[in-house]
Amino acid sequence: MAHGPAKGIGRWLFTTNHKDIGTLYLWFSFAMFLLGGSFAMIIRAELFEPGMQIIRPEFFNQMTTMHGLVMVFGAIMPAFVGLANWMIPMMIGAPDMALPRMNNLSFWILPFAFALMASTLFMEGGAPNFGWTFYAPLSTTYAPPTVNYFIFAVHIMGASSIMGSINIIATVLNMRAPGMTLMKMPMFVWTWLITAFLLIAVMPVLAGAVTMMLMDINFGTSFFDAAGGGDPVLFQHVFWFFGHPEVYIIILPAFGVISHIIPTFSRKPLFGYSSMVYATASIAFLSFIVWAHHMFLVGMPIGGELYFMYATMLIAIPTAAKVFNWISTMFRGSMTFETPMLFAIAFVILFTIGGFTGVMVAIAPADVQYHDSYFVVAHFHYVMVAGAVFSGTAAVYYWLPKWCGRMYDESMAKMQFWISFVGFNVTFFPQHFLGLAGMPRRYADYALQFSDWNMVSSIGAFTYGASQLLFLFIVIRTIRSGTPVSEPKVWEGAEGLEWTLPTPVPYHTFSTPPEVK
Amino acid sequence: MDTSYSSALPHLQHASGSEVTGKGKNMPTNPVRKTLVKLVVGAAGMFLFALFVMPPLYDVFCDITGIGGKTGGAYQVSEAGVDTSRTVKVQFIATNNGAMPWEFTPKVYEVTVHPGEPTEVAFYAKNRTSRAMVAQAIPNVTPFGAAEYFHKTECFCFNQQPLDAGSDADLPLVFIVDRDLPTAINTITLSYTLFDVTDRIDESVAQLN
Repeated sequence: MAHGPAKGIGRWLFTTNHKDIGTLYLWFSFAMFLLGGSFAMIIRAELFEPGMQIIRPEFFNQMTTMHGLVMVFGAIMPAFVGLANWMIPMMIGAPDMALPRMNNLSFWILPFAFALMASTLFMEGGAPNFGWTFYAPLSTTYAPPTVNYFIFAVHIMGASSIMGSINIIATVLNMRAPGMTLMKMPMFVWTWLITAFLLIAVMPVLAGAVTMMLMDINFGTSFFDAAGGGDPVLFQHVFWFFGHPEVYIIILPAFGVISHIIPTFSRKPLFGYSSMVYATASIAFLSFIVWAHHMFLVGMPIGGELYFMYATMLIAIPTAAKVFNWISTMFRGSMTFETPMLFAIAFVILFTIGGFTGVMVAIAPADVQYHDSYFVVAHFHYVMVAGAVFSGTAAVYYWLPKWCGRMYDESMAKMQFWISFVGFNVTFFPQHFLGLAGMPRRYADYALQFSDWNMVSSIGAFTYGASQLLFLFIVIRTIRSGTPVSEPKVWEGAEGLEWTLPTPVPYHTFSTPPEVK
Repeated sequence: MDTSYSSALPHLQHASGSEVTGKGKNMPTNPVRKTLVKLVVGAAGMFLFALFVMPPLYDVFCDITGIGGKTGGAYQVSEAGVDTSRTVKVQFIATNNGAMPWEFTPKVYEVTVHPGEPTEVAFYAKNRTSRAMVAQAIPNVTPFGAAEYFHKTECFCFNQQPLDAGSDADLPLVFIVDRDLPTAINTITLSYTLFDVTDRIDESVAQLN
């Protein structure tokens, strides 16, 4: 079927091609990454020195809120949906996603969601200022009037995520090439299959939470209002019932990416494939029964605290299994250190640090000190940035030559890696110290004793921010004028159906299904 | 525009375990459509679960366990019988929510009672503003383990409390500490938070407390 891409803007608006939609998702998420990143730069600029320097505290609150929302829902999640769109059909030998027109819809409603949300910055009352966790009553009784735009935006992006997940599950369950049994699926496909089920289970819960907020604010109900017989703590339970699986939704596809890159550059098959699958499934299951570890301080009976503490610590077991598998894959491999591999190794190291601080905050009695401090900020940036974002960056370096038939500049990319790596650690490692010393998160100002580490952290943040602009430059330069590559296996150690396709990948692939042995 | 979709269909014949008999686009046996329907139903179910099951479930859970310190509704006195061998200290706290401008305070801060003995105390409220207002008091018992053993036979918190501008009232409360109160608990703290509900038209509130 020699049906090439349409010409002009129509190609992108009406496309049902999984590669086009993947590209749209990836560019959209990068735009959101820069937007959310610029909010982070404003935050770090304000915190460079104690005292109010640049912005007002009200605006600072809007920045922390919008930074979190944009990064989680606009940058990281769509980035991995974009990778799923590009790679899953090619990895399982399918010609496209199972529901291509829904695929188009699920992407194109996203820009509207984020336009709605970002437009609140220019409205009277300002953008949402209640934190990305939007706890009631901050997000109901005391919310700015723009909260309704926020709620509508969350509904739209939730619908987008649900449609994307339905598409992925329908594709993986129905469109695999003959001979590709579930236990032969590449790890990235497995992690996304499980992630998609998580999304379908919890995105509707998020929609329910914001719907209850909407009714409390506008229609006089009292779900979260104690004056009317409701309970603000209920909001936290509903939110984290969504929120904890959400953090695994972010990290599981990242695990999948790493499980491809490490074997490629170690020139060995992934160690313990089936244990990887079962570990991923266990993590997904555990994510539903640990949510209240985010709420140790709301006033819980001791039994509840103990249960959520032990259940949470249990997650360390399957996660450690994955980390050991990655290390075992590298062990005695003929390793080379191209940029994707550097990011992947950094992922393993830094994610493990984030995992360990996660075990620390899971200890209920110790969490009394860590709770809502910069220690928590450091913890979740180690897993979100060094976890998800590093893995996404690694994925782009790894698959970009396959997608566009051009190789990126290796020395420039390595420089970008080292600036990112150093910038990231300089930003977030000191935040552990700040948190342990008692600096609370989400404040526009701080006591004088926190000055030094905040300045270090801000310098790191500017460095890390700059490295992302370099990343953008490298990607554009690769697409426009990178060295052409034409061998199907761009990386000699790479295995899988996607590497049997010509480079650059044609617009339509696997119109006749391949045979998997 | 739909080439990819139709080209996907012959492919399905090869998909593991699926049997596609026709080639029509809307055939009901299409395995993709089956998956789609199941997942949409699942997602819709989770939405309804969040809206209509989670909040009541939370209330029931708190009711049974006493988590959150919520007390029950009006208590029907059953068999009398005072356990004079034991004394329990009951403390009272009154708090105004947010910008609630009333004066609100317990008339006694602490009483010592025997389990099973009905005790009457009162809170004092005064509307210090120049407009008529309606308030609702929300109770909370600490420790949570005592919540299900703390019974109120009469309480101002069962109803909303209107007060004219500048007027005041004594708000009565009659309670019984259950004889089955765990022996580890010797002190119970009952706290009321007073909310301004003048703008709410919500009569059902009274039954909730």
